[in-house]
Amino acid sequence: MRMPRRRMQATRSRMAGRINWFYYAAPQTFYSLAGKSTPVFYALAAILGAIGLYIGFFVAPTDAQQGEGYRIIFIHVPTAWMSMFLYVVMAFWAAIGLAFNTRLSSMMAQAIAPTGAWMTFLALWTGALWGKPMWGTWWVWDARLTSELILLFLYLGFMALQAAIDEPRRADRAGALLAIVGVVNVPIIYFSVQWWNTLHQGASVSITRSPTMATTMLWGMLVMALAFWMYCIGATLTRVRAIILERERHADWVRDLKGSPQ
Amino acid sequence: MQPPLLEKEGNLLLPFRAPRTAQMNASAPIAAFACVVRRDLLLAMRRRSDVATTLFFFVIVVSLFPLGVGPEMNLLRTMAPGVVWVAALLASMLALNRLFSGDYADGTLEQLVLAPHPLGLLVGAKVAAHWLVTGLPLVLLAPLLGLAFDLNAKSLGILMLSLLLGTPTLGLIGAIGAALTLGLRGAGVLLSLLVLPLYIPVLIFGAGAVEAVAAGLGAGAHLSVLGALLVLAVFFAPWAAALALRISLE
Repeated sequence: MRMPRRRMQATRSRMAGRINWFYYAAPQTFYSLAGKSTPVFYALAAILGAIGLYIGFFVAPTDAQQGEGYRIIFIHVPTAWMSMFLYVVMAFWAAIGLAFNTRLSSMMAQAIAPTGAWMTFLALWTGALWGKPMWGTWWVWDARLTSELILLFLYLGFMALQAAIDEPRRADRAGALLAIVGVVNVPIIYFSVQWWNTLHQGASVSITRSPTMATTMLWGMLVMALAFWMYCIGATLTRVRAIILERERHADWVRDLKGSPQ
Repeated sequence: MQPPLLEKEGNLLLPFRAPRTAQMNASAPIAAFACVVRRDLLLAMRRRSDVATTLFFFVIVVSLFPLGVGPEMNLLRTMAPGVVWVAALLASMLALNRLFSGDYADGTLEQLVLAPHPLGLLVGAKVAAHWLVTGLPLVLLAPLLGLAFDLNAKSLGILMLSLLLGTPTLGLIGAIGAALTLGLRGAGVLLSLLVLPLYIPVLIFGAGAVEAVAAGLGAGAHLSVLGALLVLAVFFAPWAAALALRISLE
């Protein structure tokens, strides 16, 4: 009586389309999954990026106040979004790794950090390029700019701490704690910087009071944001594959990989 | 000089070696807290030059600014709160290295981790003693430096008050960083990279309080936020630092 029931349960769960997600929590299985999906994410990033840039350069109208120079927002805004989003994702995976001791989660956190720092840097850089023609200066101590700069410091601190610790387990756990402390502090830093900025009233320029955007501009930005998202996933997966190989280099399955072409 | 010190240290550590009886006693956590504070203060008093170094650093950094920007009194007066606060930030960050490293080197830290009392409490005690030795002198010395920048009496009072509320927060946040970087190569520089971004809110509201008073506004809001940050740090930071210590000692 027992055997058929169990088999029935198995078929039912298969029919409901349930996948055993924990299967991919093992670095070995995730390695091949990441290898197969990385080209898909890069291809999506390229296609969406091409569409987004086409909209940005040829479809979106010239801004009445800012002229052609505003078109840098199609890079600037998506990178700024990704820089903040990636920090939260990184802290999430780091916390999961700390709480459940899952090796792959910590590797994901480690793999996300450089991409996040890169996005933060790009957001700052394009912001400076935008600021020069618009405000006549490369940099203003605006609340958003300043907190984005601090976010870059937080990324660099996380990467430096992980790089300074040789033992992977301690590096993972120490980095995780720092990421969690950082993610708790990000709102505090943001609001204190904002208050500091409004109290000083030094910078008269505000990027929050921007005119309402044309629909095509918004679409271009959203498509570009998706493109950057796909790129970030692809880059992270590529990096996590390298980290898996490095950490599991003594495992049998990695040694078997050397024989096979993949 | 040396033998009595060792003997005293041994006596002070006694509660950690009698876990059963200590657990029975309800006031044991408070006794352990007081014991760690007393021990750390005693050790600091036996090495007074370390305390003086932090203080001298603070004074030197503050006195570098007029040399850098010129002796224009109006300019210096507006800069003073920020300069004093940044110097206090750097001085308390430099002192962080000593928070755990001595105990880590001689094995006391492992005894603290093994003690029957909550590690967060003991870390809190260490931070409290550290603040008494490195933070409080900064608070007491700040008005003197403020005078050199021609701040008026009211601003000096607020400067002291803001430092009094802010420097414990710096020590508490810094304890997390100090615990994370324990025993690493290049720990000092790494510590500054980890801790300074997290210090920014304290700097903003600390220097902001003095500037608000100088501008004729009340400092109440700034001091309230500083107090709130301190309460948050007192509640959360010792436990985070305790977890960081466990990670580092594993």
